Amino acid sequence: MAADIQASQSEIVHPLDHLIRTDRIPHIWCPGCGIGTVFSACLKAMISSRIDLEKTCMVSGIGCTGRAAGYLNLDSFHTTHGRAIPFATGLKLANPELNVIVFSGDGDLFAIGGNHFIHGARRNVDMTVICVNNFIYGMTGGQVGATTPVKAKTTTTPVGNPDAPFNLPLLAWASGANYVARWTMLHIRKLTACIEKALTRKGFSFIEVLAPCPTNYGRKNKENSLETLRLYRDKTIIKNNVDPSELDMDFEKGIILGEFVSRERPTCIENYDRTCRIP
Amino acid sequence: MKFLGEPYDTDVIKVAKGKVVIIEERCKGCGYCIEFCPRSVLAFSKGFNKKGYHLPFAQKPDECVNCHYCEIICPEFAIFSEVHTITKL
Repeated sequence: MAADIQASQSEIVHPLDHLIRTDRIPHIWCPGCGIGTVFSACLKAMISSRIDLEKTCMVSGIGCTGRAAGYLNLDSFHTTHGRAIPFATGLKLANPELNVIVFSGDGDLFAIGGNHFIHGARRNVDMTVICVNNFIYGMTGGQVGATTPVKAKTTTTPVGNPDAPFNLPLLAWASGANYVARWTMLHIRKLTACIEKALTRKGFSFIEVLAPCPTNYGRKNKENSLETLRLYRDKTIIKNNVDPSELDMDFEKGIILGEFVSRERPTCIENYDRTCRIP
Repeated sequence: MKFLGEPYDTDVIKVAKGKVVIIEERCKGCGYCIEFCPRSVLAFSKGFNKKGYHLPFAQKPDECVNCHYCEIICPEFAIFSEVHTITKL
């Protein structure tokens, strides 16, 4: 009987199994971590947007979220810390047919890679950047990061973080991104629709996704992963097209989610062709 | 389903019933599928898998309407729903 159950269990195929490296699953992310959900939403959006998966590649940096590229069964690269966007820029410029997705965390994209992010958005390189924001450096032991909210406790700020966090959609808007959205890992259907839209759009698309880190952020701030998701349900407001300066990360005031920027600036390759390849 | 009067489109509208499938060895017992199932189909079981995590099981399997929410919220690729039967309203 037990052998029968085991045999039938090994034959079960998950609908996304053709896109993930099943020999590496179960993945390394902790129980309750939101990165897996965002990753599966990204895979769903890749399927539903009907882009050519043979010409799609994913680049990720270092950190918990950076492991995602290793689980994708397409061309993917796990690059050095903070350098996911420069690597992806190189991929896109060398082979403009590719659909380039950067899937990385807040520490990688905005702390060590902050400069690369603003210049990627300024040049408007045609790529989709998905930032899983868990408010902390999860993999290295829960140190304070560039996106940690005010008063949040971390390993290096035991009485609370005194500094204000980055407002990521405002930064992306000010740097010149073509498409900016923010969701949490609880709003999966909206998130999947937004990733799908971002994949089919031209130019630099940026999507911030809030996700719980139960092991480091949650343990220090006395909230388990289910409580964090309830907070995402109760303390968020969906408002599209608001002024990006109102989007600061303040759970007491309420966090605004939605699509904020949708514009058509010329992309990096178009600008280059217009300026340097004059016929 | 009971109605006060019979709606005109009862023979057109079809209701899908779903069946939840769990890949036991992948589950890490985070409880998201149990907490956020809109029909409260799932519950924690007393048993556990090879790694010691308590698994969800379909407590009320008839209630499942194949909405796929457990499938999209699962961070572990461990649960999905598929069409069981399509019945009339």
